[in-house]
Amino acid sequence: MTDATVSEAEIEVVRRPRRWHIAVFLLPALIVYSAVMILPLFETLRLSFFNTVDGQSTFVGLANFRTLFGDARWAADFWNALSNNVIFFVIHMLVQNPIGIALAALLSIPKLRGAAFYRTAIFLPTLLSFVIVGFIWKLILSPIWGVSPYLMDLIGLKSLFAPWLGKPGSALIAVSLISVWQYVGIPMMLIYAALLNIPEEVIEAAECDGVTGWAQFFKIRLPLILPAIGIISILTFVGNFNAFDLVYTVQGALAGPDGSTDILGTLLYRTFFGFQLQLGDRSMGATIATVMFLIILAGVSLYLFVIQRRIRRYQF
Amino acid sequence: MSKARTSLSRTALVHVALIAYTLIAIFPVFLTIINSFKSRNAIFRNPMQLPTPSTFDLVGYQTVLGQGDFALYFQNSLIVTVVSIFLVLLFGAMAAFALSEYRFRGNTLMGLYLALGIMIPIRLGTVAILQGMVATGLVNTLTALILVYTAQGLPLAVFILSEFMRTVSDDLKNAGRIDGLSEYSIFFRLVLPLVRPAMATVAVFTMIPIWNDLWFPLILAPSEATKTVTLGSQIFIGQFVTNWNAVLAALSLAILPVLVLYLAFSRQLIRGITSGAVK
Repeated sequence: MTDATVSEAEIEVVRRPRRWHIAVFLLPALIVYSAVMILPLFETLRLSFFNTVDGQSTFVGLANFRTLFGDARWAADFWNALSNNVIFFVIHMLVQNPIGIALAALLSIPKLRGAAFYRTAIFLPTLLSFVIVGFIWKLILSPIWGVSPYLMDLIGLKSLFAPWLGKPGSALIAVSLISVWQYVGIPMMLIYAALLNIPEEVIEAAECDGVTGWAQFFKIRLPLILPAIGIISILTFVGNFNAFDLVYTVQGALAGPDGSTDILGTLLYRTFFGFQLQLGDRSMGATIATVMFLIILAGVSLYLFVIQRRIRRYQF
Repeated sequence: MSKARTSLSRTALVHVALIAYTLIAIFPVFLTIINSFKSRNAIFRNPMQLPTPSTFDLVGYQTVLGQGDFALYFQNSLIVTVVSIFLVLLFGAMAAFALSEYRFRGNTLMGLYLALGIMIPIRLGTVAILQGMVATGLVNTLTALILVYTAQGLPLAVFILSEFMRTVSDDLKNAGRIDGLSEYSIFFRLVLPLVRPAMATVAVFTMIPIWNDLWFPLILAPSEATKTVTLGSQIFIGQFVTNWNAVLAALSLAILPVLVLYLAFSRQLIRGITSGAVK
């Protein structure tokens, strides 16, 4: 009886002193993260409800958004950037992720010789900066240098060559494919990891039942890696709706030709930072950033609350 | 017999497909590097040819090293990247330790709060970040970049490191406590050395986006004294667009450090990704 009270009292004594070390461990990260990331994010969201009226910052409600969506000077640019961004994303989903999955499937074939070499080489472009990637492809696709026409001649398609980056009709597709070339390594690696995590027994059982080759991939492996496919989709989504660098290095801040490669990131840059004759506009910049925030938030929520819950997971 | 043959031809097909894609992945890099060592005429006449004694020319490199202040840009990038990684690892590991080791009110909420930044890009706050940096006089300093990159790297670092710290045995830490170690020494002397592999993974993941970033240097620190390599080469190449020797040499110089680091750490990096560090 007394023992129990003593030990309880002891626990009290041990527990009582404020555990300052927890605060010491947490504070540095918390301060930097809150001050440089979270507060500016909310400040930006707040700024989107303000605009300069008679030289004074005034609360204008949703007027900025009305301007952005409906005003003749803004709306055309905005809807153009948004639809380009959607196309940019769709091309990534249709080209980058299937190629990534296919490469991962090939690499995960057991006892494949040289797998480490292929992996290393294919992942290399992902590490290069946009500046390097953008300029390399600008040079290669340039009609002046003639590398692409020469290469296409080798496979007999020279007549199909065109200065893709310079034509409004094909520039967006060309830029998207450059970005796909750069980033295919990420889905490849994540899917590869997921494929390696499938236990041997499952595959052996499938083989015993006579499920091999293509059928085995589509009926056994693919359902098992669906969660990883969900992750690469949401990573692609966030990355694409936040993209800026590649378009800026390849086509400049005006995202030419004729705005055909303008996406939300470049529009945000031109709007709030100003470019050439256009003056920077902080409120409209904040408004565009808010719209981007809402788009990304919607995508992430859709993934977390709908897709991720529907995907069936298997416990091994 | 026939089965062996089909499996052999299948393996061959797999290799053909992989080699084809590998060529697509490395050909542009290869092309840039070989042409950077050639004379202007040779670049245009025979882009595919390796440099021969008659076409070998270093004029591009001479232009780059003579005109651009690349040593300074390189130094800036190095300072920004190294200091940011150090702060991300230190602050991130400390926060991860607090979250994974102690039970306190608001623990889960704090974890979620810190994880927000994994999905929401810091770029969206740029308008207010620039405003804040102007107000504190940090525009055009490397400190501004270091602060932004530290904040950007922290969420993923805390997330990955706290997953790893949960696997450090409690017995070990309690043995330390019984021996009279303070919570700080338990963290620095027992836990940190054990999660070193995870720290390396986090360092690599943090490093790549920082080194390659163009957005924040362009907006927060575009002055001559604070340009990073990425921004510096962007502007340099923009000015020398018609000087192909210089452009190709600048590109090759920019690729070099990444290539060397990658070849040295590719095992570590790939193991980090495939061991499920990023889930």
